[in-house]
Amino acid sequence: MTPIEQQTTDHLLDEQALSEFIQHAGEIEHPREMIIDVLRAIQSHHGWVPDEGVELTAAILGLTPLEVEEIATFYDKIYRRPVGRFVIHLCDSVCCWTRGAEEIAAHLQKTLNIEFGQTTADGLFTLLPSCCLGCCGIAPAVMVKQQFYGPLTPEKVDELIAALRQEGSA
Amino acid sequence: MSQTTQVLFKNRIPGKTVFLKEFSANGGYQGLKAAIQTMTPLEIRELVKAAALRGRGGAGFPTGVKWGFFPADKPGIKYLVCNCDEMEPGTYKDGVLLQADPHQLIEGMILSAFALQTQVGYIFIRYAYEKQAENLRRAIAEATQAGYLGKNILGSGFDFELHVHGSAGRYILGEETALLNGLEGIRPNPRLKPPFPAVRGLFGQPTTVNNVETIANIPHIVTGGAEWFKDLALTPEGSGTKLFGLSGHLNRTECFELPVGIPLREVVETYGRGMWKNKQFKACLPGGASTPYLTREHLDVPLDFTSLEKVGSRFGTAGVTAFDEDTCMVAVTLNLIRFFARESCGWCTPCRDGLTMVRWLLEMLESGKGTPEHLELLKGQLKNISGTSFCALAEGAMGPVAGLLTHFEQEIVDHIEGGRCPFSK
Repeated sequence: MTPIEQQTTDHLLDEQALSEFIQHAGEIEHPREMIIDVLRAIQSHHGWVPDEGVELTAAILGLTPLEVEEIATFYDKIYRRPVGRFVIHLCDSVCCWTRGAEEIAAHLQKTLNIEFGQTTADGLFTLLPSCCLGCCGIAPAVMVKQQFYGPLTPEKVDELIAALRQEGSA
Repeated sequence: MSQTTQVLFKNRIPGKTVFLKEFSANGGYQGLKAAIQTMTPLEIRELVKAAALRGRGGAGFPTGVKWGFFPADKPGIKYLVCNCDEMEPGTYKDGVLLQADPHQLIEGMILSAFALQTQVGYIFIRYAYEKQAENLRRAIAEATQAGYLGKNILGSGFDFELHVHGSAGRYILGEETALLNGLEGIRPNPRLKPPFPAVRGLFGQPTTVNNVETIANIPHIVTGGAEWFKDLALTPEGSGTKLFGLSGHLNRTECFELPVGIPLREVVETYGRGMWKNKQFKACLPGGASTPYLTREHLDVPLDFTSLEKVGSRFGTAGVTAFDEDTCMVAVTLNLIRFFARESCGWCTPCRDGLTMVRWLLEMLESGKGTPEHLELLKGQLKNISGTSFCALAEGAMGPVAGLLTHFEQEIVDHIEGGRCPFSK
């Protein structure tokens, strides 16, 4: 595990998480099954997964960076580019669509003054479309940090954005 | 209103999660205790076959038959994998079940593992279900503490370890062989079948993949017996109850446990409390985004596997998404196809390129720029894609397209002739 020690990894994973992953990878028969766990931990710590995060995951699991990259780029909830502090995933699947998701999409873009795929200038919000979040009963809905909000109206969107802004400035 | 025995939801209190103490107080783990002492693995497999349980994840394959293909007696490591990827639009029942009562799945996993003689189990759970994953981790810790998981379970000599495996989005992970690739940490394209997972599955070993609700039914079948389970259904062909997730233009969009074979009208009117904003029912997806539409003429059709196949649709996951009279079915189908085209893993041409073309055709038609040639091309794609794709994703994607062409072709023609969507204000 020499390559890991040579890297500065503090900004990617805290020391304890790193040592736990290294230990666990040494104990189990198929360490490769941990890829998503490691990538999610790096994302949770760093906000997104930079190239060094892919390289660190590969070093922990004894894989090539390419083997990690083809996983990292497959899943839409792994961010391989910088994102804002709050990533708003708006469901655009059919149940939310029947309950006004298009209106919510327009309202979010107008309020945040960004389009889907963009991040606000203050670095607080990224807006992304998502497939069904399993919130079909509370449509239309968004997911932020694995929390769900719905059924949404433009007014409730405003309240949510205000609450997140407050959390972001605290 | 149909009498509705609550089996899977018997412990459910909305907003609350039941853990070991309350689960055990209401009969939890009794099925496991009894079966592991008195039944052989083969007897459990035969019982599940006799109960006529069909898979609750969408395909509806008889669980007992699937288990019959499994080499339970073969020496060496074997795996049981629970599919909790649940990402088909309109389907949220497994999420509700695991918010309410995670131990039910744990007990089902242990009993199924014993029946199949698998030593290791995984519950593969979608990214959005982090709360449910936390519930499962806690339930696994409690069950291990109580001696229901681990070595020599309840003195039977049977060992079983169980893990929760997280994901990071993408609908294709619900396809069982893609799921196995995802679990192994390789790119989750589907695998060629055969060999089927029962022969070469996870890490190359015999593996069975079953849905959450399917496995959660096992303890109840073991406790109640095959005849009791079959009698829960309202139709002779059906068996058991089903978790119905209601959504779309209904007044009440919640998840209910109802008997298999309940008529669509009762689901819409009694449980959905009728159509939103006092409008008329026009159509619905009866079992998730990949099931062909039902219309007003189908309101009295019993919702079970056989009856729905007879009318050209599928029971699927019983996620019922209703559409009112003002809904453009071309637009609905376009929304669904956008989902499937975006979620295609890109492995095979009919899905990667075919769904993209179908999306473009529907965009042309919906925007009023479509011509009769586009309609013919759409019909052609139905033939080109259905039955030719590598896995079931594209096949499922074409379900709503088939439904659109069967029941709403005139609506497409109206778009072409009017040069606009007749439903746009």
